[in-house]
Amino acid sequence: MNAPRDSVVLAPAISHKLGDWLFFNLTRAFAAFTLVVLAGIIISLLISSWPALQKFGFSFLWTREWNPPVEQFGALIPIYGTITTSLIALIIAVPVSFGIALFLTELSPVWLRRPLGIAIELLAAVPSIVYGMWGLMVFVPIFAQYVQPALSATVGRLPLIGRLFAGAPLGIGILAAGIILAIMIIPFIASVMRDVFEVTPAMLKESAYGLGSTTWEVVWNIVLPYTRVGVIGGIMLGLGRALGETMAVTFVIGNSSSLSSISLYTPGNSITSTLANEFGEATPGIYTASLIELGLILFLITFVVLVFSRLLLLRLAKQEGTKT
Amino acid sequence: MHTMNDTNYAIEIHEAASALEAQMIFRDVNFYYGKFHALKAVSLEVYKRHVTAFIGPSGCGKSTLLRTMNRMYDLYPEQRATGELLFDGENILDRKVDVNVLRAKVGMVFQKPTPFPMSIYENIAFGVRLNERLSLGEMDERVEWALTKAALWNETKDKLKQSGMSLSGGQQQRLCIARGIAVKPEVLLLDEPTSALDPISTLSIEELISELKTDFTIAIVTHNMQQAARISDYTAYMYLGEMIEFGLTDQVFIKPKKKETEDYITGRFG
Repeated sequence: MNAPRDSVVLAPAISHKLGDWLFFNLTRAFAAFTLVVLAGIIISLLISSWPALQKFGFSFLWTREWNPPVEQFGALIPIYGTITTSLIALIIAVPVSFGIALFLTELSPVWLRRPLGIAIELLAAVPSIVYGMWGLMVFVPIFAQYVQPALSATVGRLPLIGRLFAGAPLGIGILAAGIILAIMIIPFIASVMRDVFEVTPAMLKESAYGLGSTTWEVVWNIVLPYTRVGVIGGIMLGLGRALGETMAVTFVIGNSSSLSSISLYTPGNSITSTLANEFGEATPGIYTASLIELGLILFLITFVVLVFSRLLLLRLAKQEGTKT
Repeated sequence: MHTMNDTNYAIEIHEAASALEAQMIFRDVNFYYGKFHALKAVSLEVYKRHVTAFIGPSGCGKSTLLRTMNRMYDLYPEQRATGELLFDGENILDRKVDVNVLRAKVGMVFQKPTPFPMSIYENIAFGVRLNERLSLGEMDERVEWALTKAALWNETKDKLKQSGMSLSGGQQQRLCIARGIAVKPEVLLLDEPTSALDPISTLSIEELISELKTDFTIAIVTHNMQQAARISDYTAYMYLGEMIEFGLTDQVFIKPKKKETEDYITGRFG
């Protein structure tokens, strides 16, 4: 066992070791860099928003009033706008994206798959300002003239949720922003869903078909559970985009920092649209600090969403029985 | 009932099979992957409650043959079959046949275990629910019955809520067999069911197959000739999409009629 070692063999091993060491530390430095940037952003947001944090405390979160002249700031309306528009976007985009992915992977004729797939990826590449302009100039007038009256006349008559579809059909407002966001995030969610559906082993699908399942039963009961991590990842990617989207929302949400009713037809404001509209003209001091605090809140909301999706995956794994 | 023209061996099979009932009858079945002609005028009978093994080199069409029996090829638009494949007197290659009903009667197990991403209990109950409405108690009984038949009950009865993926490879394959028989099919198609398993798991699956043939008709594709000799009653040797020889397993292995068959089973092939 203790045979003398040959130095000729050892020499290259040392240079290999050095290479390994360099490579390891280089990649580690890159990874550490992301942590440093993250910490840096959080710290600078905290420092810049400190005056507002100090003056308003937690009541900033549930104060409705946003009144720069008297230096009274509350984040309730932008937070409400951000969360509501993103929720509307998800409610529309998730089923539509699922349908698109299902069609592309299971039902579509082979020759149509590539062109359709590429078209969806192209939609994801359209700049958000284009969506904003298209939304304001094309979508909103049609929406106000045909869709909103139709919605008021149908779902608007229902008890409880009817109140969400009441009021003047202005076109611009929370609902319009939610729908534009939905159109913007569908390509993201759909292409992630398609990609993960495609990696489901053919044999697994065949064994479900082999028991007499229909396409729907195979996708709903086998493919979806099998790919849930990817599917939820795709939805979270879309939600992240919806929460942070600025330009398109600013065009169509109406930019009103007062909210008179819970109707989705009323114009509102999201965190990002408030920032985009007001940051340029904000006076230094408490006004700027309040805006930066809005940015910090958006950051926290995204973080909470991320944690929530992790918890959801954990719970699903428990239900399935892989973890106890 | 018998339409095989090749008198070289048809008469003998006919005699041996006179007491047998045919479960599936292939008549001049051709199969195409796009332009590739994968099965060439195959005719044979698969007998009820017996094990029929399909052997031959890779690419000879034996898996393709299996996939015609439950119309699995329907999932792929470029694949098609012609000819007649009678199952309970009905030509199942006919477009009008309801494949979901057919597949509930013709179960399939694949090369690799494919447990569904759900609990052991749900893996079994899934297929049953597609075809029958059972009460909770009846479903419990069915799950126990299927797992017992597949010799898996004792190992899993205390962890039915755990994921099917948490089982070992051999257990997963028995779970797939249990899942297949839980819907009470008439035919069970096994496509190299032990090729991904260790020798001990292989042995337990082989024993299982011998027990299952009292209730089910079994068609098995295997690369392992010893396995075919051990567990099957009838053996079909295929080469390049053609049925070279079909007969009683003992006869095919001990006294093959064709030179090609003899070369293959004695290892002098190629």
